[in-house]
Amino acid sequence: MRYTFLLYTDPADLAGMTPDDWAEEKQVYGAYIGALHEAGVFVDTDWLQPVDTATTLSLKDGEKRVQDGPFAETKETLGGYFVINVPDLDAALEWAEKCPAAQRGKVEVRASGMGAE
Amino acid sequence: MTEAARTAEQAARASYGKLLAILAKRTSDISAAEDALADAFAKALSHWPENGIPAKPEAWLLTAARNRLTDQQRRAVRFSTTNEVSDMAADVVSSPEHPDDRLALMFVCAHPAIAPDLHTPLMLQCVLGFEAGDIARAFLVSPAAMAQRLVRAKRKILDAKIPFVIPDAGALPSRLEAIYEAIYAAHALDWLAPSDAMGDEALYLADLLARQRPDDPEALGLAALIAFTHARNDARVENGVLVPIHEQDTDLWHGRLISYALDALNRAQKLGRPGRYQIEAAIQSVHIHRRDTGRTDWASLSRLYEALIRLYPTVGTAVARAAVLGELHGPETGLAALDRIDAEAIETHQPAWATRAELLSRAGRTDEAAIAFDQAISMTAEEPLWQYLEVRRRNLEK
Repeated sequence: MRYTFLLYTDPADLAGMTPDDWAEEKQVYGAYIGALHEAGVFVDTDWLQPVDTATTLSLKDGEKRVQDGPFAETKETLGGYFVINVPDLDAALEWAEKCPAAQRGKVEVRASGMGAE
Repeated sequence: MTEAARTAEQAARASYGKLLAILAKRTSDISAAEDALADAFAKALSHWPENGIPAKPEAWLLTAARNRLTDQQRRAVRFSTTNEVSDMAADVVSSPEHPDDRLALMFVCAHPAIAPDLHTPLMLQCVLGFEAGDIARAFLVSPAAMAQRLVRAKRKILDAKIPFVIPDAGALPSRLEAIYEAIYAAHALDWLAPSDAMGDEALYLADLLARQRPDDPEALGLAALIAFTHARNDARVENGVLVPIHEQDTDLWHGRLISYALDALNRAQKLGRPGRYQIEAAIQSVHIHRRDTGRTDWASLSRLYEALIRLYPTVGTAVARAAVLGELHGPETGLAALDRIDAEAIETHQPAWATRAELLSRAGRTDEAAIAFDQAISMTAEEPLWQYLEVRRRNLEK
């Protein structure tokens, strides 16, 4: 089963980070990515541009709406994602727990809608 | 009721969760398994009276349900590549090397990815086969709302693929805690509305858990706790008025349940790992002991509450401890213990006001007691408890 981790953080929490902090952050993520690779569960990951560059498109009620900004009105906004391939939700949650983003914000875990591979 | 119907019903009660767990565990599709099982029970009711009750009713039901599931899968995909039925040996249900899947089913129902307030309803439905309507009544919510939430939870179990497994050692303690809490909640539900008979079901679930985990002291402790409380069912309300535990007529207590509870608690304590439910059961056992000695051992209760508050520091425990100290050392000591609890936490806590009223009354501080009784009464929803407080309030004025 493929699982996607959507990584949420509050931009305000990141505002004060120095270049050194970012370098350290990059290393932490690098280690996590390395661990996923080593376990053979890594599929894909990406860094996303800040939330103010987001556009939300909706076709709800048959009407196409394009909106500037993220869809959810919470402090946390989507900052990235991981895609992993594990047997079930328990295994996915174990990896989500190890995800650095869980320390600072939230990680939303969703199973693939396309079913098991 | 015909013998066949009775056998089907007994099989339903005893095997529902077992069969559902077997049917659902590979696909995580509880709804499909429920439909297939309902179909199998309906078939049993029409077949058994004509053809006689099969030698292995559970295996018969399982095969019928599996056939039904396969039919539906075939219809869903229009072709079939495997024979789903043949890999389900009929003796799988009773084979000793095949562990009972109901425990895994309990872990699914109390999974952290499912809203905690749905853990108990899911367990009642999946493990015991309760209808959503009956569960809704016990929880005082509308049947439609309960049914919808249960359907959604089962869809999540399927879509997110919550596994039907016993968690590994690392996750086990916290996952078990959720199961204990779900069973305890079914028990607490009955305490408030005893007419719904959910206490029987809580005891059934606790006993099931204790049988599945005979070396788990807290599972045994929980079973003992629920059995002890259940044993006092007939004594706790008299003429519509609540009777406090230390004033109950011990002749009305249920001997067989007390023996069961004493045995479970004894086995738990031999394992040498104390925990919240064991201590709460031990507190009950001290009260039960009055049946033999004619008096309540408040000193033992005080020691047990000390232990409980270290392990499980809740406002309820602190208030109960103050009441015990009041019995042991006099009302002023009890009041002092109440005053040491965070004032904000007990401001809206009904038992705290009831305990304060009782202690003030015994200390002869009648005016203050009257105010405290009024506060407690205004916070009480359960009729027998309300009646009890009213009586105590009236007696103040004499």
